[in-house]
Parts: sequence; C-alpha cells; structure tokens
Amino acid sequence: MSLSADVPVAPPRVNLRALGLLALLAVAVLVVPVIASPYVIEAILLPFLALSLAGLGLNLLTGYGGQVSLGSAAFMAVGAFAAYNFQLRLGVSLPLAIVLAAATAAAIGVVFGLPSLRLRGFYLAVSTLAAQFFVQWALTKFSWFSNDSASGVVAAPRLTVASLDLDAPQGRYLFALTLVVGITFLVHRIVGSRAGVNLIAVRDDETAAKVIGVPVLRTKLVAFAISSAIIGVAGVIWAYAYLRTVEPAGFNLDRSFQVLFIIIIGGLATIRGAFLGAALIVVFPLLLARTSSFAFEGLVDAGVLKLVERVVLGLVIILFLIAEPNGLSAILGRATARLRAVLRRG
Amino acid sequence: MSTTVVRLAAAGDAPGSGVFSVAAATTSAPALALDGICLSFGGIRALRDISFDVAPGEIRAIIGPNGAGKSSLVNVISGLYRADAGTVQIAGQAFARMPASRLAKIGVARTFQNLALFPGLTAAQNIASGLAFRRRSGLLAQVLGLSAARSESAREDEEVREIAAFLGIGGVLDRLVSTLPYGVQKQVDLARALVAEPNLLMLDEPMAGLTVTEKAEMAAHIRAVRDRTGLAIILIEHDIGVVMELSDRIAVLDHGVKIADGTPVEIRRDPEVIRAYLGAEAA
Repeated sequence: MSLSADVPVAPPRVNLRALGLLALLAVAVLVVPVIASPYVIEAILLPFLALSLAGLGLNLLTGYGGQVSLGSAAFMAVGAFAAYNFQLRLGVSLPLAIVLAAATAAAIGVVFGLPSLRLRGFYLAVSTLAAQFFVQWALTKFSWFSNDSASGVVAAPRLTVASLDLDAPQGRYLFALTLVVGITFLVHRIVGSRAGVNLIAVRDDETAAKVIGVPVLRTKLVAFAISSAIIGVAGVIWAYAYLRTVEPAGFNLDRSFQVLFIIIIGGLATIRGAFLGAALIVVFPLLLARTSSFAFEGLVDAGVLKLVERVVLGLVIILFLIAEPNGLSAILGRATARLRAVLRRG
Repeated sequence: MSTTVVRLAAAGDAPGSGVFSVAAATTSAPALALDGICLSFGGIRALRDISFDVAPGEIRAIIGPNGAGKSSLVNVISGLYRADAGTVQIAGQAFARMPASRLAKIGVARTFQNLALFPGLTAAQNIASGLAFRRRSGLLAQVLGLSAARSESAREDEEVREIAAFLGIGGVLDRLVSTLPYGVQKQVDLARALVAEPNLLMLDEPMAGLTVTEKAEMAAHIRAVRDRTGLAIILIEHDIGVVMELSDRIAVLDHGVKIADGTPVEIRRDPEVIRAYLGAEAA
C-alpha cells in the first residue's frame, strides 16, 4: 500500500501484461528450441501450436461472432491441400503457398458461411457439417488433390523458406511459432477494432444490430472468411510441420469437435482461451498415458486407454460447461488477480 | 438525402444558443407518414388500415391496451415486419417495405421494449455501435491502425462521450453494459439510438421497469432531446401520465385499429378511448 503513492496503479498493469507476453515470447523463441527435445517438440509443441491456431480461428467465428461451426477440420484440410497443390502445380514458394492456401480456405469458408445469413445456432452448426463431409469426400474422391497417390497420403514438401532449411524439429517449431505469433497479433488487432465490436454485437443481438445499422451480412461473411483462413493456416502447420504428410484422414469430424472443445474448455471469446484449451487437449492424453503406465505398469492396453481418455475428456467438458462456462481463461484470470492482490499486500 | 445535421451540444450549454436551432431541411414534409398499413399474422389481423403522420420535432405517442398492435407498428416502421398493404413514407421517400439494414442511413433510430443491448460490450461500445452505419474505414485500415481509421474512431469516441454526458451516463462508459442497473441500461439504449443523430426516433416503452425517479429523468431526457435537436419522436408507452405530459399528439390503437387521434386534451375526452383504454376513473 505504501507504494501506491508514487506508483500509479493502472498504466503499469498494462505494461506488466505486455512484458509478461514478451517474456513468454522470448522463452518460446530463444529458450525452447535449445532445451526442448525433439520428442517434446514433435509430440507436444507442434500439435499444440497447430490446434491453438485452429482454436483461435474458430474462436473468432464462434466465440466472438456467435456462429457455431463444426467444419473446422474441413478448413484445416483445405489449407493443407491447397498449400500442397499450389507448391506442386504452380511451384510457388512456401510463404506464398501459405497465403494462397489461406485465401482458398477463406473463399470456401465464405461459401459455407452463406447459410449463416439464414440459420442460427444448432441449425447453422448442422449446416457447417456439410462443409466437413463435403470437403473430406472431395479430397478422398478426387485423387487429383493428392497428386494421384495410391494411398491418398502424400509426404509434405520439405520445409524451406528462402534458402533456410526448417525441416529439423527446431526449424519446424520456429516455422509454426512464427505463423502462430503473427496471426495471434492480427486477431488481437481485429477483436479490438470496431469490426470486432460489430462481431460481438451481431452475436449478442442480431436483430438490434441490424436495426441500428451494423452491417450484419458483411460482418458474418468476413468472420467466416477470416476464421477459415486462420484455420486453413493451422491445417498447413498440422500437415507440413507436425504430421509431415498431407492426407484427408486426420481432418475428420473428430478433429472439428476437438477444435470446438478447445475453445469451450479454454474460454469462448478470448484469445488465450484457444492456447489454454489446446494445451489441455494435447497434454492431457500424454499425462494420462504416463500415469497409467506408471500406476498400472502396462496392465492397461492402449485401446482401453484411448477409451478412458475420451470418457474423462467428456467429463471434463461437462464439468466446464456446468462449473465454469468461461473456461480455463476465466480461471487463469481469477488466479492472476488473486496473485496480484497478494503481491500488493506483501 | 436530407439529413438534418443538428449536433447535440455538451450538457453544460445553455438552451437557446445557436447550436440548438433546428435545421430547416425537413420542416416542410412530415418526418414520417403511414398510409393504410395492414399487417396480419396468419388469421390474426394485427394492424388494420393504419394511417398517421409525425411532424418534425413532434412527440407522437401511440397508446393502447396490450396486443393493440403498437409494437407491431414500430416493427413495421423498422422493417422487421413486412406490411401486407400500405406504405411508409420517411423524409419524402416511400417504402412498401422498410429496409431494416438501411434504417439508420435513412435517419431512423429506435430503442427496444425489452432492452436489446449487447451484453458482451461496454456501454461506450454499445453506444458507438449506433454509428456503425456511417463508418467508412474498413477492417484492414482498422487492423493496420491507419490514420483515417484512428481519427474516425477518435471522432466516434468524442460523439459517444458527448451523448453520454448529455444523458448523465458519462461515468459508466467503460463498464460492461450487462453489469449496469436496469435504469442505466435504458439510458444506454437511448444513447445508442441518439448518437446516430436520427430525424425520427422510436421509443418502445422507454419507461417500462423504471422507478418513479428514473421515469422522471427519462421523460426529461426525451423532452430535452426533442427541444435540442428537433427530431421527431414516436413514443410507445403504458404510463398514461407520462404520455399525456410529454406528447404533442396521441394515436390510440385498439385491436389493430386506430380508434382516436389528437392532442392529449382531445384524447382524454374521447368517449371511445375512455371505453377501450382509459377506463372509467380517467373520465
């Protein structure tokens, strides 16, 4: 309390937050690549980054915009296959391929976003299932997309940007991290802008928004476009950096639900929620596997473990929906507020 | 389009200074004219051949028992319902169906019977949403923080602060609107409508749920807004005392039919109105 006289309270809090983020970023860029083993990068960090980005994209649409979508995996697939085909057929560089893939996903996102102009809630969610099934069907049916590969599974091209070879785990991690950080900053700008305010207005009361002159149609379609573009880039990371193969199988309805669960558990309409939710979804199965092998010493086989994982995850989601609808983000917010109060007192 | 640009001045300014004079652009034509509006839902005829007009600068009340069609009428004027017959004429333009999404551009704003604020936004963001219709900077300019977008936002913030000060809610602008007391939310709803500087303002039960003190405050605001900006106001309200006190003319609806139309004094004496609505004790 004695400090409050010469230290104004409000401005430093903002700086503290920015400093904290900067420190986190510094650790992620400078420390993690040095100390993280290839296993940690490949089994935890890469899927975490890809799913965080997908969650971020979906959160823009569903959390901020109120448009429920079950088509996330479809847009991931579109991004991955588009990048692959742009590189294969036009011979463009990887960065350009990513931009084009994002644009392709955005265009397809707008098409499947059109029903949102008429449908709401559950009905919209069901109509986005059309995207999920259609895209997966098209990618499986037309072997052109996977360059007529017999198995439908193609190896992703080597990760090179300019003359930089990023194919090692560290390189793939930094590649994914760069994309995720850049896009997260963009999303931060979007949700803070007037357009972001429009998005929330449309979510909270569409009729009122329309009557007072918020461009509802445009807001929804732009949300679908940007969200799909981001999820498309997440698909590129998933296929290029994490799996290192491009195949339709991984982008199924399960994945779409997984991305939806990430933002529900992490916190709807928050940026950090996507990261917190993705961390839980990625780390939880690994923890469970470790615990079971430690506690039961191999008595539980992998199939049973997978089942247990699903049951527990389902319970976690139900728990969150009942006890903390605002997700991990709200829990973290309360924890930091308490910590701050303790620090100030001490 | 003949928009009267009459800015609300800061609350401290004295009335009667030049800022408050009514622009003359729309004083000739009525602010709103309804001609033969009919509306039915299935077999129920909610509105039958309703015609009336609102003069610029007039406070025009619509009263009637529950289910008389008052809100339906406002929803027709807002473009939320499509009339089966009749036209809505606003500032010289006639519409068979009002385009809801262009309402603000035409110079019409409204508040809602059951608050239709955006609970996830602050009071300031709610009010600023009332300016979305005229915003020019696109998403990219906003995200990149181009100077045009930034100065537009700054201008909007200034207008929001002005209207909030005028309505006495300047202190809660940064609060999430869902955390505000009901009476304050009603003021935010009014501010969101007013910030667009409409020529026609529709207030759907602005007093509902307010305490006596809040009602008096709201009535004072409504009158002050009219006096300062010269906009036309359609007032739907159940509190008959407020209506008699505030309005210049009153239209009375009953079962979708306009049964009377006139000044408060005329309405108070009208036998039809007394029978249908006011009841014996008002006679």
